[in-house]
Amino acid sequence: MGRVLAVIIWALTLGSVSLFFVKKWWFPTAISAHAPALDRQFLITIIVVGLAFTAAQIGLGWMVWKYRDTGNRARATYTHGSSRLEVIWTVITAIIFIGLAVMGQSVWASLHFNQAPAGSYQVGAVAQQFQWNFHYAGRDGVFGRTDPTLIDDSVLNFIGLDEADASARDDAVHSVLAVPVGRPVELFLRSKDVIHNFFVPQLRFKQDLVPGMVIRVHFTPLTVGKYELACAELCGQLHFKMRSYMLVLPEEEHRELIGLPQDQFQTRMTELLAKYQLPANN
Amino acid sequence: MATRVTSTRPGTKKRPGGGPKPPGPNGKGPGSNGHGKSHDQSPRFSAATYRITIWVVLAAVVMMFAALSSAFIILASSEMWQPIVMPRMFYLSTAIIVISSLTFEFAKRSLQSGREIVYQRWLKLTLVLGFVFLITQLLGWRELAAQGVYFQGQPRRSFFFIFTALHAVHLVGGIIALSHLMTRGRAYHDIYRVERIEASASAISLYWHTMDVLWIWLFSLLLFWG
Amino acid sequence: MSVDTHEVHRHPAPTGFIRKYIFSIDHKVIGIQYIMLALAAVVVGMIMSVLMRMNLSWPGTNWPILGTLFPGGAPGGMMNPEFYLSLVTMHGTIMVFFVLTTAPQGGFGNYFLPIQIGAEDMAFPYLNMLSFWVTFVGFVVILAAIFYSGAESTIGPIGGWTAYAPLSALPNAGPGQGMGMNLWIISIAIFCVGSLLGALNFITTLLNMRTRGMSLMRMPLTCWAWFTTAVLALLSFPVLLGGGILLLLDRTAGTSFFIPGGLYVTGVLSGTQESFPLHTGGSPILWQHLFWFFGHPEVYIAILPGMGATSHILATFARKPVFGYRAMVFAIFAIGLLGFFVWGHHMFISGMSPYSAMTFSILTLSIGVPSAVKTFNWLGTLWGGRIRFTTAMLFAIGFVSLFVAGGITGLVLGQTSLDLPMHDTYFVPAHFHLVMGVASIFGMFAATYFWFPKMFGRYMNESIGKIHFWITFIGVYCIFVPMHTMGIVGMPRRFAQFTEYEYLKELHPLVVFVSIAAIITVLVQVLFYFNLFWSIFKGKRAPENPWDATTLEWVTTSPPPHDNFAGHLPVVYRGPYEFAVPGAPNDFVMQTEPGAEVSSGNGHEGHKH
Repeated sequence: MGRVLAVIIWALTLGSVSLFFVKKWWFPTAISAHAPALDRQFLITIIVVGLAFTAAQIGLGWMVWKYRDTGNRARATYTHGSSRLEVIWTVITAIIFIGLAVMGQSVWASLHFNQAPAGSYQVGAVAQQFQWNFHYAGRDGVFGRTDPTLIDDSVLNFIGLDEADASARDDAVHSVLAVPVGRPVELFLRSKDVIHNFFVPQLRFKQDLVPGMVIRVHFTPLTVGKYELACAELCGQLHFKMRSYMLVLPEEEHRELIGLPQDQFQTRMTELLAKYQLPANN
Repeated sequence: MATRVTSTRPGTKKRPGGGPKPPGPNGKGPGSNGHGKSHDQSPRFSAATYRITIWVVLAAVVMMFAALSSAFIILASSEMWQPIVMPRMFYLSTAIIVISSLTFEFAKRSLQSGREIVYQRWLKLTLVLGFVFLITQLLGWRELAAQGVYFQGQPRRSFFFIFTALHAVHLVGGIIALSHLMTRGRAYHDIYRVERIEASASAISLYWHTMDVLWIWLFSLLLFWG
Repeated sequence: MSVDTHEVHRHPAPTGFIRKYIFSIDHKVIGIQYIMLALAAVVVGMIMSVLMRMNLSWPGTNWPILGTLFPGGAPGGMMNPEFYLSLVTMHGTIMVFFVLTTAPQGGFGNYFLPIQIGAEDMAFPYLNMLSFWVTFVGFVVILAAIFYSGAESTIGPIGGWTAYAPLSALPNAGPGQGMGMNLWIISIAIFCVGSLLGALNFITTLLNMRTRGMSLMRMPLTCWAWFTTAVLALLSFPVLLGGGILLLLDRTAGTSFFIPGGLYVTGVLSGTQESFPLHTGGSPILWQHLFWFFGHPEVYIAILPGMGATSHILATFARKPVFGYRAMVFAIFAIGLLGFFVWGHHMFISGMSPYSAMTFSILTLSIGVPSAVKTFNWLGTLWGGRIRFTTAMLFAIGFVSLFVAGGITGLVLGQTSLDLPMHDTYFVPAHFHLVMGVASIFGMFAATYFWFPKMFGRYMNESIGKIHFWITFIGVYCIFVPMHTMGIVGMPRRFAQFTEYEYLKELHPLVVFVSIAAIITVLVQVLFYFNLFWSIFKGKRAPENPWDATTLEWVTTSPPPHDNFAGHLPVVYRGPYEFAVPGAPNDFVMQTEPGAEVSSGNGHEGHKH
């Protein structure tokens, strides 16, 4: 029985570790500036985790194999433990675990402890149940005034844009996020109703959109293309359908797009969405 | 179920002598407090039970109010709150509950020094003050309503009612315990009864004092914060 | 073997059926009642998980039987997304509250804590009865939340067991968020009250009712675990209760604790219609703080009793003292204490301050240290042992394996940076199901097989038990390990279907594999139920001490009499795990055994290296 259990523990360990090792299912290729550092931190962590997991399971299997009751020994070893061992393994695990935690802060700090760099491209995001609305400042680079009392979904004014405001005239609102490549992007995240979450797997980035708050986040996409944008916080019955795209466009193409008046903006966006393909997985 | 009857068990009380370690002093079982054999009371009684119980209850109560207070502080820091005039009745009620704590303390002292009639008198006064406190809280609500502050609206307004209501509910618990204490107050010269009544009196007074301090804390939050 | 005892006044057992089995004040009957409640609740929870897996793997399929059973949730046999989400919510709620909190603590804790410390009963037997029946009412109310009939019949709340506001605070935010959600909150509030009463009883009993000689450091580790769990419950449930009251008021009384101003929900602006009153000034994140301040200790409430049972059982069947008893006690305390300072790791991306996120992250990874210490000590306990592979032992070893497998990925999720890709993906359910779900349940399986002979005077069937173990052990690895890779790809949780996203399509084979593994594993549990109920009546008779164990529950008869020790409370002379003592006549020395022939009678002071 002990040997069977040991072999099964080892087999399950091998199976589990190989699932991570063969990487058939893995992260999609990253496109953001902070992603390489994050992926490296993930790799370090998963190696530590994998080694600790494997060591513990091999150890467990070895114990049940070696110390199964074969009837040869009259008594087990009589010991109540060893204070020295306790101290040693407490200190070692504390150093490794807390070390990992401290290392894990660097990417976080670069994203969250700093303001967006000067010259970032700014987009407003207003989530609502099962739809994304991105608010583009247009040619003048100034966001038009918005007011919740002006929101009217029936006339497609999803974000309550004040048409009377001069800086709102050239603004555009679309469900797709279009950003320029290679330039820091700053998002102003808001929600109209419940909590949503902005998640693009290729960006290695996630942030809740909380009603009543404007949350400012920034990242830098580095690869042109079309990427799926998901809502990753349960927001209601059609949560699983709250999908949109993030288009990362060449600087020139992007400038042309945001300079267009509202109606042409819509047409052009449709064309661009058709032009770019989703990345082939891995 | 119980297949074995008492007489088949080795019933001798062998004091441990030969063992390497005699039983430690910590494990004091219910039989070990010396006077558990008195037949007119449960053998489970020990003053420690009352003490532990009341501390555990207070821990739970304090945690709940700590959660609500943190909620108050977090919300206060997130938005500008419209000012609300603190009802004058709440100043009065604060004074009343402080006095009631004192009277309870006098009651306890009298009990400890064996003056039962005085003890009963202080206890009654405490009970009356408890009811008066509840009435002043209600009058405080009326003052709030008079300045247009209702339960709905900005959370600060709601907190006035939540804090007072939940505190009052807990104080009602204290009043029930206090009335219970009064009904069993006739100790005469039964030493065990005296001990039990003293234990419950000090447990209930601890609860009462905590309600007192809790109200002062909530009152100052409402008065000074945000 | 002579046992020192001291006499106490005996309490006669009640004779009427109702006083004996229904409204009993006997902690043993109440313990069994809690276990039965958990056994019923876990069936509901498991059926829900199978339904969820069916919907995820074969979306859009017609299951005619579902159409009949749940006309509101699966009209014509095809599951609605809202039905799926109500399954998510109810599966989580029922499993966390009514299974993982009731069985380990209310069930086994109630039954064995008084016996293991040598008490006749709990400190407050009537309160104990009350706490069970309060919990039971909570369970009835949670079922009512699902089957609340009306416009939205057979759909419960859809906000998940975490009930994030404002989705949970707004009755108009989705189907099932009306009366069903109110009932959900009421049920949880009732449950909080029941748990608090239970915690009061556990703490008082343990501190005040230990028998002569049972010093704290002579208690079995199970007692330490139950005690710490009770303290955690005592300090965390009031916070949830407070939060629940505020949430219910937001929903029913028009307050705004968790609802900010200016919301525009399903075409209506707050304050413009009577159905959606004016809200202003609330904070959605506040709910998350209150919830997770409770929610994280709750994780340890679920797993600590499993840890205690595992230590207890590993020592018994390795025939060795627990390795590092004192370190184990400190580790339990450290886990319990740190558990109160890490709740923010559920909220890294919630909009909370990134600086506090950093603090929470470092504290979170620190909690891995006592967990690792426990693992090392379990391995140390097995080292040099003479292991007997009973079913109970297999499950205890399985607990260690699963605890490592599930716990260690906390190192990934606890890091702020790595939470950016991982948060709310399948990596998270994979992690917490392994560690707080399956590992805890393995602890309870071990406890059941181990203590069954004491509870019913009969053994459970070992052959069926072993089949149950092998399939369940392999099954849970097959279910939850692939979920980690789904999370790495970026598959979000709580999606009713994965059909909408291109990047999730490649995962379909894995999703189906997990579902099949889950269905098989759930079906195998039928063996356990059969074994359990069949053995109560037909199992092989068990003696007083069938496993040659050392602690006080094995001193009395199987099952114990109404007052546990038939009027003679045992006296304790040594630590709880004195196995393989050199020079002793047997390879186990019971706690009640006096005498000088044992060289080191005091378990916890035996650091002889």
